[in-house]
Amino acid sequence: MIQFFNVTKKYDNGTLALDNVSVSIERGEFVFLVGPSGAGKSTFTRLLIREGLPTKGQIMIEGKSIIRMKSKEIPLLRRKIGFIFQDFRLLQDRTVYENVAFALEAVGTPVSEVKRKVPNVLNMVGIGDKYACFPDELSGGEQQRVAIARAIVNNPSILIADEPTGNLDPENSLEIMKIINEINKRGTTIIMATHDSEIVDRMRKRVIVLNKGRIVRDDVKGGYDYGLQ
Amino acid sequence: MAFSSFRYTLRDAFRSIRRHKSMAFASVFTIAISLFVLGSTLLLVVNSQNLVSEMESQVEISVFLHLDVDRKDALALQKDIEKLPGFDSLEFIPKEKALANMQNRFGQDTDLLGALGGNNPLPDSYRIKAQSSDKVTALAKELEKFPEVESISYGKEWVDKLVSFTVMVKNVGLAVILGMLIAGLFLITTTIRLTVFARKKEIGIMKYVGATNWFIRFPFFLEGMLIGFLGAVAAGIVIYFGYGAAINYCLKTIPFIPVVADYDLLFRIVGLLILGGTVIGAMGSVIAVRKYLKV
Ligand SMILES: Nc1ncnc2c1ncn2[C@@H]1O[C@H](COP(=O)(O)OP(=O)(O)OP(=O)(O)O)[C@@H](O)[C@H]1O
Ligand SMILES: [Mg+2]
Repeated sequence: MIQFFNVTKKYDNGTLALDNVSVSIERGEFVFLVGPSGAGKSTFTRLLIREGLPTKGQIMIEGKSIIRMKSKEIPLLRRKIGFIFQDFRLLQDRTVYENVAFALEAVGTPVSEVKRKVPNVLNMVGIGDKYACFPDELSGGEQQRVAIARAIVNNPSILIADEPTGNLDPENSLEIMKIINEINKRGTTIIMATHDSEIVDRMRKRVIVLNKGRIVRDDVKGGYDYGLQ
Repeated sequence: MAFSSFRYTLRDAFRSIRRHKSMAFASVFTIAISLFVLGSTLLLVVNSQNLVSEMESQVEISVFLHLDVDRKDALALQKDIEKLPGFDSLEFIPKEKALANMQNRFGQDTDLLGALGGNNPLPDSYRIKAQSSDKVTALAKELEKFPEVESISYGKEWVDKLVSFTVMVKNVGLAVILGMLIAGLFLITTTIRLTVFARKKEIGIMKYVGATNWFIRFPFFLEGMLIGFLGAVAAGIVIYFGYGAAINYCLKTIPFIPVVADYDLLFRIVGLLILGGTVIGAMGSVIAVRKYLKV
């Protein structure tokens, strides 16, 4: 379970990115974060992995405060959370296999386990046959699948996606959403920031609408239209 | 750290060096040069100290006694001189010997004693050595106080110059060594910073997937140590064989200049360089990575 208690985030330059946000997300939930550009969606996701501290308020994950957490514990927190980005962030000089293995190696996984887990997760996201390719030999949709594979290979309990379909055409976006939905069905909590109205409307999941750093709507089985324009 | 982690770390360190081959080579080379200068300076200091102490042992004070002091009293003075602080050794030169020495200098053709009317005008004297050049002046002052002593002479300026030369060589040497250490640290920091920069994205991803700071730091740490070590080994090899050749050359061509031909010392200096290079490499990389590890 993820809980925000009166969380305010003011950046050093004075921008108020989150303004007194309180929200609770159950284990295994699928949540869309929507809202206009600059609403604070990315800030919300970054606070979850302790990339910076909130100015005020408390954040709990599985009953444990991540604000009071010592910096030594941050790596352990991040191992419980997978993160995917709009721009994929793959290492261009490594193959698909190496990019995914990288996430396991970085946390000291034994070689035998790496060899077992990587092909499994690549098959799961549907690019098992591309393991020897380099990122620039793949389509955008395929690259995002590699990024997803890297994010979930450690079996995180939470998957955060910041506009994962932002660089993809509708067809590829749909494929990626199928994969993310699949991951959710296996019990992983999903938090996804997006501008993709079609996806949000089609999936009928919980929708949290942010505007100017405040939660202005929170609907179970919601739609995209936040009626702010 | 688990064995598997160490394995990845080692692989990453070598991969990083391989990928930035020319960069790594350039910094090994520059480290080697600065450590070479450092080692050479060290040897120069050691040799100049040796030269100075060699020369120090040759500085003498001549003590001339009054003409009316008889031989017994003159010889008795030796006991008192030997008690003075800074005293090392002495030689008594009776007036007859002094005259004979002078006769030798004029040549056997001249009858020096005859020319002087059969009287030896020279006094008895002592030639005294101090323990070191910086003790000469004080010792001379004490010697002047004896009533039997008429005058003393020693190369005061020469002694002062020797003392200040020793101090200068020591200070300049220290400054050069310190400068080279700082230069080496700076070079390694710059190199590692460049490789860190080239791997910024990797570091970012590693942080996202929950790698510990030490895991992220370690390959750079190893890389820095390796660069420092290789540079030091190169410098050590050049110094070892270069100095060996220099010793041989000096012994053949300028045997009167004392060189330190001590291979034990040379080994120790080369060992020190290798240790120093490795430590500098490790320190430089820690400094370089620090900035990028801030969450
Ligand atoms: N590192 C930062 N330093 C200063 N201000 C920042 C920083 N990151 C974000 N902001 C500001 O905070 C506000 C919220 O930004 P955030 O990135 O969370 O918005 P967003 O909802 O993700 O927008 P978008 O839909 O465009 O991605 C914006 O006004 C932004 O300019
Ligand atoms: Mg954003």
